[in-house]
Amino acid sequence: MISRRGLFRAAGLSAAMAAGSPLLQACGFGGSDRPGDSAADEVTGGFDWRKHAGSTVRLLMNKHPYTEALKANRDEFRNRTGIKLQIDEFPESNYFDKVTLDLRSRAGNYDAFMLGAYMVWQYGPPGYLEDLRPWIDNPSATHQDFDPDDFFPNLLTAGQWSFENGAPLGGSEQWMLPWGFETNTVCYRKDVFDKLGLRPAESFDELIELAATIKQKASPAGFDDMYGISVRGSREWATIHPGFMTMYSRMGLKDFEVRDTKLVPRMNTGKAADFTDRWAGMVRDSGPAGWTGYTWYDASSDLGTGRAAMLFDADIASYFQNEGTPAAGKLAWHPGPKGPDGSLATNMWIWSLGMNSASRNKAATWWFLQWATSKEHLSHAATRQQHIDAVRRSVAMSGEYKDRLSRATGFVESFEAVIDETRIQFTPQRNFFDATTSWAAALQQIYGGADPQSTLDDLAVALEKRIG
Amino acid sequence: MAVSAVRARGRDGDAGRLAPASLDTAPVVSPRRRALRPYLLVVPAVLLCAGILYPFLLAVGYSFFNFSDANPWPNVVGLDNYAELFASAEFWHSVQVTLLFAVAATGIEVTLGTAVALLLNRGLLLGRIFERMLIVPLMVAPIIAAIMWKLLLLPEVGWVRPVAEAFGIASYTGTDTPMGAFAWSVAVDVWIYTPFVAILALAGLRSLPRSPFEAAAVDGAGPWYTFRRLTLPMLWPYLLVAVIFRLMDCLKVFDIIYGLTAGGPGNATTTLQINAYLEAISYARYSRGVTYMVVLWIGVYLVSTVLVRYLNRIQSRAAGV
Repeated sequence: MISRRGLFRAAGLSAAMAAGSPLLQACGFGGSDRPGDSAADEVTGGFDWRKHAGSTVRLLMNKHPYTEALKANRDEFRNRTGIKLQIDEFPESNYFDKVTLDLRSRAGNYDAFMLGAYMVWQYGPPGYLEDLRPWIDNPSATHQDFDPDDFFPNLLTAGQWSFENGAPLGGSEQWMLPWGFETNTVCYRKDVFDKLGLRPAESFDELIELAATIKQKASPAGFDDMYGISVRGSREWATIHPGFMTMYSRMGLKDFEVRDTKLVPRMNTGKAADFTDRWAGMVRDSGPAGWTGYTWYDASSDLGTGRAAMLFDADIASYFQNEGTPAAGKLAWHPGPKGPDGSLATNMWIWSLGMNSASRNKAATWWFLQWATSKEHLSHAATRQQHIDAVRRSVAMSGEYKDRLSRATGFVESFEAVIDETRIQFTPQRNFFDATTSWAAALQQIYGGADPQSTLDDLAVALEKRIG
Repeated sequence: MAVSAVRARGRDGDAGRLAPASLDTAPVVSPRRRALRPYLLVVPAVLLCAGILYPFLLAVGYSFFNFSDANPWPNVVGLDNYAELFASAEFWHSVQVTLLFAVAATGIEVTLGTAVALLLNRGLLLGRIFERMLIVPLMVAPIIAAIMWKLLLLPEVGWVRPVAEAFGIASYTGTDTPMGAFAWSVAVDVWIYTPFVAILALAGLRSLPRSPFEAAAVDGAGPWYTFRRLTLPMLWPYLLVAVIFRLMDCLKVFDIIYGLTAGGPGNATTTLQINAYLEAISYARYSRGVTYMVVLWIGVYLVSTVLVRYLNRIQSRAAGV
C-alpha cells in the first residue's frame, strides 16, 4: 500500500512533469509531436487538384537553376491547382542557416524548402520534417500518376532514415522527395587535352600526374595561366562531399566504422592519411592559388573561364559552364579515376523538397510537393530548363532528355558509367556537419604542410569525443 | 487644474501674460499617486532591461543543459559544458586567436588613427578633402567589406597579387597560409575601423585647450617633445575611449573573419565567436554554442570593466578631482 508521503511525492512529480514540459517548450526546448498522427489521414474523398484553390504555399529556396525552372513553370501549377506560390530565395552560402533558424523557431513561416540527405540527419531527429509517406500512401491526397517507384531507388532511399547513428539509409518514413541530383565526375577541356596529346586519368596516380603535366605544359602551349585541376577547398562540409569523398570511396576508404552503436572515425587510418596527403599535394602542386577559399562556385567558374583544365566535382556544376562561358563547347566528361579494384563508387548530392512539420498549411503544401516532383514538371524542367540530373527514370531515359545532354561530349556516357555505384558514401549520423567541417579544416592544414597522420589522428580523437 | 487657473487669470485682462502659478493653486496629487510615481518612471527602463536580459539569461540557462537538435529534450548537465570547453584544445586555440586579433587590430587602428588625426588637424585643403573621404569604409557593412576583400585577395582573379608581384613579392598566397589569413583579417578590420579611431582622435585634438601649446611654443619645445609631453597625455582619455570600443568589438569579431576565411585555413583564424556560431548554428548544438558565448561575454565584461575604471580614473585626474 502506498504511504501518504509516497502519494504526495507521486502527485508532486506528476504535477512537475505536467508543468515542466510546457515550461521547457517555452524555453525553446523540445521538438515537434512524436510521429503517428499525420495530417495526411484527414484527407478523404477523391483526389482533386483544385481542392486547395485560394491557398498560398510559402517556399524557402536556394538560388539555383532548379528554382529558376520552378519559377518558369509556376503558372502551370497556379492554373492547375489555384494555389499561389510565394518563393523566397537565398544564396547557398547562407541558405541553410536560414532554413535551420526558421525550422528551429517552430513558427512555420515556410511550408516547404529545399534540402539534401545530410540535412535530414540534422533536421529529422528534432522533428522538423513532416513524414511524407502517409501523404504518398493516401490515394485521396496523391494523384494516381505520381508513381513514386519511378524515382531512382537510391535517391528515394536517401530520404529515409531511422535517426539511429550509423544505421543505414532506408525505412518506412520518407523525409524528403528527390527533386534533382548530382553525381561526381571529371570534366575536362577537350581542346587542351587534344593539343597536349593527353587522355583522361583512369587511376588516382594518373590523375595526379595528369594535373601536374597540364600545369607544366598548358601555358607554353598557348593556354595562359591554366592550372591542372580544380576542386573545392573552403573550410566547410561541402568541400568533402564531391570529388574528395568520391575518390576516397573509390580507394575503398570509409569515414566511420560502426562498433557496438558507436561511431569510430576511420579517416586517420594509414591508407586514409596517405590518400589525404596525396589529394592535398595534388591541389598544392597543380590546383589554384587561394584554394582554401574555393567553394563550388569558384571551382566551376575557373573551368568556365579557362583557368582550370579539369574539374572533379558535381557533373551539373561543370554542365552549367558549357553555356555562355569562354570554355563553352570545349568541355568533355569522364567518369573519373577508378579505385585500385576498378571501383567507380561515387558520392552524390540530392536536392530534395521537404515539408516543414510546423507548417499550418500541410495539405496545400503536399499538393505543391507532388506537382513539383511529378513526371510532368520534372520532364518540362529537364528539357526546357536546366533542371538536371533527372531523378525520375522516365525523364532520365526519355529521348528528348538524352538528346539534349548528348550535345555535351561524354556527359551521358559518364553518367551511365557511375550511376549504379552512385550513392551516399557517408555514414549516416546526427553530427555530420561537425564531422565534415572539421575534416575540411584538417585537409586545409595538410594542404598547408601539416603532418597528415598526426593531423588526422587529432581529428579522429576530437570527433570520437564529440560524435562517437 | 493649474493650467486652467493660469488661463483664467490671463482672461482677467492681464494683457495675455501668463503669470506663474502660485503654490496655493498647484495641482493636488494624492499620496498614493505620489508614491506610485517613481515606480511608473522606471517602468520603461525595467521593460528595456527585461528585453535585454531575457535572451541573455535564457542563453546562460541553456549553457547548463545538453540541448541540441540531436537531443531536443535535454537534461541538466550543470557545469559540464564549461568543463568540456576548458578541457578542449580548440577552445584555448580560439582564445589565443581572439586575443591576438583584438590586440593587433586595436593597436594598429589606434596608432594609425591617431597619426591620421594629427595630419588632418593641420587644416590643409587636402586634409579637409581626406576628412570627408575617411568615413567611406565605415559606411560599408563589415561582411560586405570582407567579401569584397576576399575577391580582391584571390590570387587567381584579385588585383592584390599583381600589385604584390609588381613589388617583387613572388610568393603571394592570399589567405592560403595561416599567417596570411590572420594578417589579412587584421588588415581588413584596420581598413574599416581606422577612420572611426581617427574621427574620435580628431574630435579630441580639436577640443584640447590652446594655451599649453602656445606656452610650449614660447618655451621653444620641439614638435616631438610637444606631442609626447602635451598632446598625447591630453589626448589619452579620447584614445582610451577608442581603445575600449575597438577592443570590445575585436574580441567579439565574427563577420570580417567569417566572410574572409570562415576561420581557416585549418583553424588558423577560428575565434571564439566563430566557434560559437559553428556550434550553435551549423552543428545545432545550442548549449555548447551559448557556452562559448557566455565565456566570451565574461571576458569582454572583465576587460571593459577594467578599462572603464581606468578611464574614469584618468578623467578624474585630468579634472583635478
